[in-house]
Amino acid sequence: MALKIVKGSIDRMFDKNLQDLVRGIRNHKEDEAKYISTCIDEIKQELKQDNIAVKANAVCKLTYLQMLGYDVSWAAFNIVEVMSSSKFTYKRIGYLAASQCFHEGTDVIMLTTNQIRKDLSSPNQYDTGVALTGLSCFVTPDLARDLANDIMTLMSHTKPYIRKKAVLIMYKVFLKYPESLRPAFPRLKEKLEDPDPGVQSAAVNVICELARRNPKNYLSLAPLFFKLMTSSTNNWVLIKIIKLFGALTPLEPRLGKKLIEPLTNLIHSTSAMSLLYECVNTVIAVLISLSSGMPNHSASIQLCVQKLRILIEDSDQNLKYLGLLAMSKILKTHPKSVQSHKDLILQCLDDKDESIRLRALDLLYGMVSKKNLMEIVKKLMLHVDKAEGTTYRDELLTKIIDICSQSNYQYITNFEWYISILVELTRLEGTRHGHLIASQMLDVAIRVKAIRGFAVAQMATLLDNAHLLTGNTQRNGICEVLYAAAWICGEFSEHLEDPMQTLEAMLRPKVATLPGHIQAVYVQNAAKLFATVLQKHEGETDSQAAQETSQLLIDRLPLFVQSANLEVQERASCILQLVKYIQKLQQKNVEVAEEVTALFAGELNPVAPKAQKKVPIPEGLDLDAWINEPPSESESEDEKPKVVFAKEEPKHYRSRHTEVDEKELARRREVRKQEQANNPFYIKASPSSQKVYDAPGVEHIPVVQIDLSVPLKVPGMPMSDQYLKLEEERRQKEKAERKKKEKKKKREKRGKGRKADSGPESEEDITPAHQVDIVTEEMPENALPSDDDDKDPNDPHKALDIDLDKPLADSEKLPVRTHRPEVLKSPAEDRDSKSVPQETKKKSSKEKKEKKKDKEKDRKRSKEEKKKKKKHKEVEEELLESQPEEAVQSEETKEAAAPPTSTSAEEVTAPSSAAAVDTSSAAAPESEPDEPKDTEPEDTKSSKHKKKKQKKEKEEKEKKKKKRHHHHHHHGDAGGEDSVQNGTVEEEEPLPPMSNYSLLAENSYIKMMKEDAEQVYDIQGNHQDESKVVVSVIFENKSDSFLKSMEFNVLDSLNSKLQRPEGAGPHDGLTVPFQLPPGVSNEARFVFSVQSIVMPQKLKGTLTFIVKSDESSTHEKLDFKLHFTCTSYLITTPCYSDAYAKLLESGDLKGSSLRLEGINMPFHHLLARICFHHHFSVVERIDSCASMYSRSIQGHHVCLLVKTSDQTVSIDAKCDEPSLLGNVLDEIKQTFSKC
Amino acid sequence: MIKAILIFNNHGKPRLIRFYQYFLNMQLQIKHLCTNKMAEDMQQQIIRETFHLVSKRDDNVCNFLEGGSLIGGSDYKLIYRHYATLYFVFCVDSSESELGILDLIQVFVETLDKCFENVCELDLIFHMDKVHYILQEVVMGGMVLETNMNEIVAQVELQNRMEKSEGGLSGAPARAVSAVKNMNLPEIPRNINIGDINIKVPSLSPF
Repeated sequence: MALKIVKGSIDRMFDKNLQDLVRGIRNHKEDEAKYISTCIDEIKQELKQDNIAVKANAVCKLTYLQMLGYDVSWAAFNIVEVMSSSKFTYKRIGYLAASQCFHEGTDVIMLTTNQIRKDLSSPNQYDTGVALTGLSCFVTPDLARDLANDIMTLMSHTKPYIRKKAVLIMYKVFLKYPESLRPAFPRLKEKLEDPDPGVQSAAVNVICELARRNPKNYLSLAPLFFKLMTSSTNNWVLIKIIKLFGALTPLEPRLGKKLIEPLTNLIHSTSAMSLLYECVNTVIAVLISLSSGMPNHSASIQLCVQKLRILIEDSDQNLKYLGLLAMSKILKTHPKSVQSHKDLILQCLDDKDESIRLRALDLLYGMVSKKNLMEIVKKLMLHVDKAEGTTYRDELLTKIIDICSQSNYQYITNFEWYISILVELTRLEGTRHGHLIASQMLDVAIRVKAIRGFAVAQMATLLDNAHLLTGNTQRNGICEVLYAAAWICGEFSEHLEDPMQTLEAMLRPKVATLPGHIQAVYVQNAAKLFATVLQKHEGETDSQAAQETSQLLIDRLPLFVQSANLEVQERASCILQLVKYIQKLQQKNVEVAEEVTALFAGELNPVAPKAQKKVPIPEGLDLDAWINEPPSESESEDEKPKVVFAKEEPKHYRSRHTEVDEKELARRREVRKQEQANNPFYIKASPSSQKVYDAPGVEHIPVVQIDLSVPLKVPGMPMSDQYLKLEEERRQKEKAERKKKEKKKKREKRGKGRKADSGPESEEDITPAHQVDIVTEEMPENALPSDDDDKDPNDPHKALDIDLDKPLADSEKLPVRTHRPEVLKSPAEDRDSKSVPQETKKKSSKEKKEKKKDKEKDRKRSKEEKKKKKKHKEVEEELLESQPEEAVQSEETKEAAAPPTSTSAEEVTAPSSAAAVDTSSAAAPESEPDEPKDTEPEDTKSSKHKKKKQKKEKEEKEKKKKKRHHHHHHHGDAGGEDSVQNGTVEEEEPLPPMSNYSLLAENSYIKMMKEDAEQVYDIQGNHQDESKVVVSVIFENKSDSFLKSMEFNVLDSLNSKLQRPEGAGPHDGLTVPFQLPPGVSNEARFVFSVQSIVMPQKLKGTLTFIVKSDESSTHEKLDFKLHFTCTSYLITTPCYSDAYAKLLESGDLKGSSLRLEGINMPFHHLLARICFHHHFSVVERIDSCASMYSRSIQGHHVCLLVKTSDQTVSIDAKCDEPSLLGNVLDEIKQTFSKC
Repeated sequence: MIKAILIFNNHGKPRLIRFYQYFLNMQLQIKHLCTNKMAEDMQQQIIRETFHLVSKRDDNVCNFLEGGSLIGGSDYKLIYRHYATLYFVFCVDSSESELGILDLIQVFVETLDKCFENVCELDLIFHMDKVHYILQEVVMGGMVLETNMNEIVAQVELQNRMEKSEGGLSGAPARAVSAVKNMNLPEIPRNINIGDINIKVPSLSPF
């Protein structure tokens, strides 16, 4: 005892370490919480001490407590203190604690930036390592931004230990600070070939993670990875690379073809199961991507399936599981190769391992056919009976429904069988999926008209035996099926044999124990039934029976009027009043049935699940705008009643009531109560029933539980098994009959009822038991058929979808922390540093704009920039002083050039060369004051230009339209005469025909021609942001079938995007607004928005369409590549010679030239070609020399001086965007190299 | 990516938890009501759920599990191994190779075995920090850092040596104390009867 006291005091005197704490906790099993709370108090004391060792010890203990679930965030600051200790031991403890309990919301993180930076640059590699490890767990956007540059430096550290950690952490940095991806990427790529295998593996790891989310940006790395794959022996790396290829192949089928062989080799050679498995997986991915348009790689599929079979048959459950998993991937594209292993898969259904059973179930989904559906479902039903755990049983249930309902009930031949399966499933007790069964019942009954009679009969029996289903309403989800049953009986009551009996069943007092939303349906449908019964009786002129029916309702409905559920109450009281009124009329012998049925007249059609989303937003409607300002704090929302069906089955639910909030309902109830009070005809509720309002719900109503030891068998219900036999017999019979019948007829019939894509051919011969008409789902008008897979907007990877092949812009450099802003630099130094990176000069004005935006974001930086700008202005002013002389000079030369009468070529070249000198001399100062160029002087000038140009442009557009018309009719024999209109056109020789349409893609069905000269225009005043390009595509039907449902889709790039209507997802295709009968061609236009126009663009796209012939219809697709040349961004813009001269002398343009040899066509043909293909207009032509002009949609000026002598054409060109100019010249060169 | 690594014993007691992603209650996350306490609670909930899922599985069934409701989503999988009294559970997404992770667990456990010399549950109980340091050399920020066991052990040992040269956590003052502390107080772990808790490391499967 004494010893214990001593020990206790010692403990208090000298700190407990982690081991002591753990020991203590283990010794205080009874009052653990109390013990820990005293420990935490001690820790708090320890943290108050100055000794860092004591603090570190305390933090270490906190880390342990954190694991046990104690909140230790209060010690965050102490953790930071320990992290900043100079000793590695403590530092490591600090970082460990931080990595366990810091996250983005931890505010002290911002205090750590400098400490982490210091640790990262520590001479001790383990300090750095610990900091990197810690940072990888708690990096925030701020930390990522501030430290990205430091970490990037570490990627080239001498120690591989640091390199690999730095490489790995970059992934986290990218996620938090996407701007760092592009600047860091080159180095990351470099690390793929690092001599150290660990670093290499880390780099592969990071790129795989990145590429998994945005594969298309990493396609260019494929060759490198290919090399790695064939050379690496590290299985970890190989697995990662192979997985990555699996993600890349869908985008690039050529890659897949190349991969098959090495992968097959690996499959044969490797002994590592993990590698083998991943190889098989990727081969499958390749095969999937190749499956369209390629001859079947049946050997590879066979190999895969065979290897997978070995896996599945293995005694190792893990391999079995993975084998099944991979098998399900093959199933999607090559169902037949999997179907042959049905035996194996069915066997797996009996496995003791639930994971394996679930995988096998997944496979079953794809293995059913019309032939074996019943058989498989029967087997599953057996499993349902056997399954002990509810989760697995529920899984089975959903799978059965999935399998049967897949692709629009494609495989169901006998709907009576399906309905009885559904009814059998209702016998499952305690399932959560009652609503699923219910929705299936509703769906089938609504959409398969032929089955309604049978369904109604079944549902009526269900309703009659409802007591069997509602054993325990609170827990049992199965009573949901009564919802469906009641609705079906009511809606299709004309099929009921004895509506009266059903009506009675629906109005039993027991119904009041059902959940509210089901009661509501009961009440409403009782009214429908009532209408039917009335009609029946009046048809038989049995007024006595009709009145009895009314009396029945009047007797029973008050029970529902007292319901605690608002909807039940409302509906019941409404219907009660109605029936009372009807009764009055009946007593006067008035025929009412007709009018009562009219209440429920009208056919209900199912609505497509996406219909709501597809309703186009009317113009001028802003959904985000507040109608009324929101109230300060919302009312308690948790009381909202759960609307099961309104949410989950929008297609079956008639939205007869608008949603009203609780308050409004309460108000209405008040009003109604008052009205009722004032209404002498209203039968006031008895005081006892008044209580129900106050009672919390139906829980208080005593529910007698029915104990059933015998398996439920609802009397009078056909068992689904009987159908199996029947079906067999029927098929036998049919087989015999079929030989007599023509096949064609059947196909036609089916074509009408079903969606176009039918199942595997072997099953086409099985006809449904009765002709079913599956009602297609309704869509709103103007809806676009498309599948939007909405991506999660919060996905951090979305921000990493960055084009990595673009050259780095200056503005993208990682922020480097310096101690003083650059103000201290001398202007001379600054100028030097500016002129070093050549890219700065090449920056497009757009990028500069971006830079501006960046500045706005980051005020600090912008301040620095402003200071710089000031300096620049001064510099510029100095430079400007020297310019006037040159300007005068050039003006003089221009004047000499102006008169068009001059005949010698030399004279014309003189001014242009002078201008060239002029601009080149001007270019020198330009390179230095880079910033001011895009500020005032140029802007004001160009805006003047713009105004003029916009006018011209309008004129031009009209001209173009005419021209387009011309093209459209003549298909390419458009003359050049109107293109050269601005210049001097001489009738020397007729121009050769020039085609403006080029072949885009072609297959046996369709030919796509693209017009080279897209009509380009821009949104006025919006030059920099986005320009629109219209592409005309001619579709020509080459086959003798009817082509329809054509969908045009293009894989958007960062720069060019297909304009899709509002609400459409980024991957949706555009419907081509016409169909093509055989041999017909038509033209469609597509609008693209383009951001940067300085580079040519290639966009990949696909056209999907349905080929419909008499016999069948197939889904086909055609891949194409849209090539946007730089010329296509030029607009033919007339330019007058004086404006032209001014433009040249402004000195804003940079020059470039081109020589073409061996051109032996007349000069005017040459010009016409340039005009026609490249959208230039001739400004002036003097003999064998001409100046030409064009303007890009973003306002870049392009000037050409074309001279010819002896088959040699030289083109001097000037443009304010050198890369655009370079590309245009290349394209001109190409045009002439073709002829 | 590895989303989380959990080690707990046959009774669900956590021995090491390492989350590489903050799992929070989705509803709360949306409402921005999350506090630190909730993050911790969520972690404990995940441990409980994972234990519940894993513990009811036989040893001869497969080592993959889907459908934890908390670490949710179809992309996630639980991959675990059961050694004697301990479960090693890795929660991963689809970018990781299932068999690869199984091997990684093996590598990790073998590394523990080397570093602790015949590792047993007690080592993990009393040296959670050291286990963390070893794990940090295997997995970093949710990504596999190193799979070569010798390399991992070498780095761990170098760091331990460094710690020793600094005098360790229980540096000079604490060492003086420990003499007093260990005055035959009956609470050394050998008195705690835990039974056979040696983790038997099976031989490496071919990888």
